[in-house]
Amino acid sequence: MTMPGPDSIVADAVPRLARGVRMVESAAHGGRVLLAPERLFKLDEVAAAVLDLCDGTRSVAAVVDDLAGRYTAPRDRILADVSALLRSLADKRLVEL
Amino acid sequence: MTGRAATVPPPLGLLAELTHRCPLGCPYCSNPVALEHRADELDTATWTRVFREAAGLGVLQLHLSGGEPALRRDLVEIVAAARAAGLYTNLITSAVGLDARRLAALAAAGLDHVQISVQDSDRDAADHVARRPGAFARKAALAREAVALGLPLTLNCVIHRGNIGRIPEMVALAAALGAGRIEIAHVQYHGWALANRAALMPRRGQVDAAEREIAILRDRHRGDLVIDAVMPDHFSGVPKPCLGGWGRRSLVVTPSGLVLPCHAAPTIPGLAFWSVRDHALESIWRESPAFAAFRGTEWMREPCASCPKRERDFGGCRCQAFALTGDARATDPACALSPDHGLVAALAAAAEDGPWRWRTDRPATVDARRS
Repeated sequence: MTMPGPDSIVADAVPRLARGVRMVESAAHGGRVLLAPERLFKLDEVAAAVLDLCDGTRSVAAVVDDLAGRYTAPRDRILADVSALLRSLADKRLVEL
Repeated sequence: MTGRAATVPPPLGLLAELTHRCPLGCPYCSNPVALEHRADELDTATWTRVFREAAGLGVLQLHLSGGEPALRRDLVEIVAAARAAGLYTNLITSAVGLDARRLAALAAAGLDHVQISVQDSDRDAADHVARRPGAFARKAALAREAVALGLPLTLNCVIHRGNIGRIPEMVALAAALGAGRIEIAHVQYHGWALANRAALMPRRGQVDAAEREIAILRDRHRGDLVIDAVMPDHFSGVPKPCLGGWGRRSLVVTPSGLVLPCHAAPTIPGLAFWSVRDHALESIWRESPAFAAFRGTEWMREPCASCPKRERDFGGCRCQAFALTGDARATDPACALSPDHGLVAALAAAAEDGPWRWRTDRPATVDARRS
């Protein structure tokens, strides 16, 4: 989905983990986990790579630029994936935009 | 099955009941009717060891609960020890006996999240359930203090027949206080709540209305307030997965150090619970008979044993199965497929106004006033 809808994320938003949310590495559970109040989410490699960049200083555009330099996917595709991920995490109050 | 202990997956969460002492008297308290005593409580050093062992075992989230955990004078040290072990640390409190200064010390010690129980959106009804005048005001004040400190806040509202009609007001209260999350959890009929079941049981029409309201509220608050709801399992015909499976995700440590698969597990006779005073947590998780008793699916009988959902709901709640049928291996009667489902349907229809039996460590007291 590339059509920007009312819930789409603007490229100059600066995402970061919401208050009370921590990302940890757990050997016992096989990788990165997002810890939030009464909830936890095991992250795949891509989600962890995106969230590593969401440090409260980079914009969404900068996050996408960084990923575009590392992965071979087209920038539009990365933007769409990153936006969808961040929107879904923001709806769960895991990420602040 | 040989080699089973080696294949037990690591737990995700640990509930630490730091004490069973509590200033409130809620008639649906999940503590056992026979409360553990202060003299038997684990000391700071033992809890510190338990937290380190839990983290080593794979536990990620720690819930500090009770009773009222703030009655522990060493709560700040306990939180610091939990964070030093690397655990995501959640405090579940009544707010009574916890002032702004100590909350600030807890935040400085690394507390990740605070969860405040709120009995009702209506002040008088809330204080009546808590059996403590002024409790509601103290909770609202602590909620504001938590938000001012930057601590993420959850309001935890236990739902029963007397307050199920005020869910929108409770959600509005959570939003007004600055909570990021509200838990609307129906009473679970164990411990004190079991003694008050008929007086707490909602009516079907109330449950249906609550579900519709929650769907609307979730939509309205998406992105600003997380609404987690647990509806009663007496009306749906679908059993609740017991903690995501017995001995699969979580463990409970009681004030005296017994390790339980679920806080209600001691209601099932014949289970032997090991203590952190005698065993390392990892050995209790992997080897103790109480954790092995209903782990996985091998213990199941029909209709569970061949059910396609057996690894989704794990046959429902073992404690409820025992409480209603006298057989802890039976299918949870909350399941429509259970031959005993009629028992649950009868209980759901047996809502009856009557006096509550209040939680107390003294001989039983009742209050004839209805909420």
